[in-house]
Amino acid sequence: MPATEQDFLDNPLGTNPTLEDVLDGFEFLDDWEERYAFIIDLGKQLPAFPDDARTEENYVHGCQSQVWVISHIDETSGKLYLLIDSDAMIVRGLAAMITIALNGKTPRDLLATDIDELFERLDLFRHISPTRGNGLRSMVGKVRDIAATEIAA
Amino acid sequence: MSDMSVASTATRKAFDAQAIRRDFPILSQQVNGKPLVYLDNGASAQKPAAVLDAMDRYYREMHSNVHRGAHTLGDRATAAFEGARETVRSFLNASSTQEVIWTKGTTEAINLVANGLAQKLKAGDEILVSHMEHHANIVPWQMVAERTGAKVVPILVTPEGELDMESFNSLLSNRTRVLAITHVSNVLGTINPVADMVSQAKARGIITLLDGAQAVPHFQPDVQALDCDFYVFSSHKLFGPTGIGVLYGRAALLEEMPPYQGGGEMIERVTFEGTTWNTLPYKFEAGTPAIAEAVGLGAAIDYLNGLDRAAMESAENALLNRANQLVETVPGMSIIGTAKHKVPVMSFKIEGLHPSDIGTLLDQQGIAIRTGHHCAMPLMDFYGVPGTARASFAFYNTLDEVEQLFTALQKVQRLFA
Repeated sequence: MPATEQDFLDNPLGTNPTLEDVLDGFEFLDDWEERYAFIIDLGKQLPAFPDDARTEENYVHGCQSQVWVISHIDETSGKLYLLIDSDAMIVRGLAAMITIALNGKTPRDLLATDIDELFERLDLFRHISPTRGNGLRSMVGKVRDIAATEIAA
Repeated sequence: MSDMSVASTATRKAFDAQAIRRDFPILSQQVNGKPLVYLDNGASAQKPAAVLDAMDRYYREMHSNVHRGAHTLGDRATAAFEGARETVRSFLNASSTQEVIWTKGTTEAINLVANGLAQKLKAGDEILVSHMEHHANIVPWQMVAERTGAKVVPILVTPEGELDMESFNSLLSNRTRVLAITHVSNVLGTINPVADMVSQAKARGIITLLDGAQAVPHFQPDVQALDCDFYVFSSHKLFGPTGIGVLYGRAALLEEMPPYQGGGEMIERVTFEGTTWNTLPYKFEAGTPAIAEAVGLGAAIDYLNGLDRAAMESAENALLNRANQLVETVPGMSIIGTAKHKVPVMSFKIEGLHPSDIGTLLDQQGIAIRTGHHCAMPLMDFYGVPGTARASFAFYNTLDEVEQLFTALQKVQRLFA
């Protein structure tokens, strides 16, 4: 089934939970097990991804797992909506985190968001190095490319 | 199984892994607050202090360029460098140091051979590799095939991860010019019956190359007994430094091959009218070589020679046997590569988990493994997996570390439940 406009608008991530919810939740986690359990749990909240969108065009290179990103721009509000998918659970969690931080923003607001600062606040870098094969950087890069393309269009 | 456990008990007495571990300074550290359990030896092995000291001493006491004569340091450096070549010759049981060529590693060695054999290849010729090759033993041949019109043909692999001998026999033909196969699979750990295969190929006049990168860390090959034309390996998997590797080549074939790169050292005489090549092995060693690295590799082999190789091999077998026994303690876990003859390499998958999830969460517990396609995409396709998780053991690993791996895997599984 191809993704409909409604699929994008129905994606709760960013509204439920909000970034503040995630930051509040993360704050109380001390050890790596709790942090990863939290990330894995977030990944389970990613909305279903349409099978026919798993194409080369939507593929994110530079990850050890398979990752796809698709987007929809809402003409009325000018806001950009995202759907991300991966076959690895931790990467799904990171994808959910990115969606929560960046979903439903105008492309300009999205590009103005300092995602590194956000990840530092989440203290993710302590355990999830952006240089590893988890594709954190590549996913953010792909989303920012989409936003930049929308602005240029 | 009962024979194995008797053997492993005896081994534990004879081979003191704890004492050996003290020779490897890097192993005594903590990672993510846990004692490091290094099970990524197939990617690169750690170095004993003997190697670090030899390289340090080389730079402090004898460094200079080699083969330039004229002063004492040059003589010392040359003696150390050529001494290392002799150590490698003896390690491989090659008949002459002329047949031992320094390269950057296995990859460069195979590229050198593929390039050198190009003039012998023409359209319709076949280069026989296998489905379990590392990309380094596929891509250089594809590149030479593109230039010459030859074809790269893969020998099939059985579901257990052994070379399919029926496939090998049916593919051997009067079109086959080169047989290039791995001695040991980096993904599966399978030890291939290379001596038999080489002998069948030789009978048909086929040139043979064995990729020994994953073999030499576990046992010592004898190139004369194997009777292969080329044998290649990397230092860094053999407990030596990175940046250097070895190409053993039969002198007669090396003589026929054109140089790989041009430059200093590889020439006899240069004029603008024409240049003549240096003798073996220098013809293939353009430029100032990795001298300290050669010395380091020599020290690594000397270190290994000081160990009881037989005891070491049975200690490694005990690690693999223990790992195999523990697989059933992790529901959904299965081994990829169950060949009869294996080095201690365990590729595995766990139902419902991506290899990268496994690797990330083991790292949190101080355990280093490799995840991904292992530079063997055709083999991943054969098994229908995006990648595997791979624990690869060395003789300095302990049974306790094997048990820690499985305890950690059980924890990983609980986290995803």
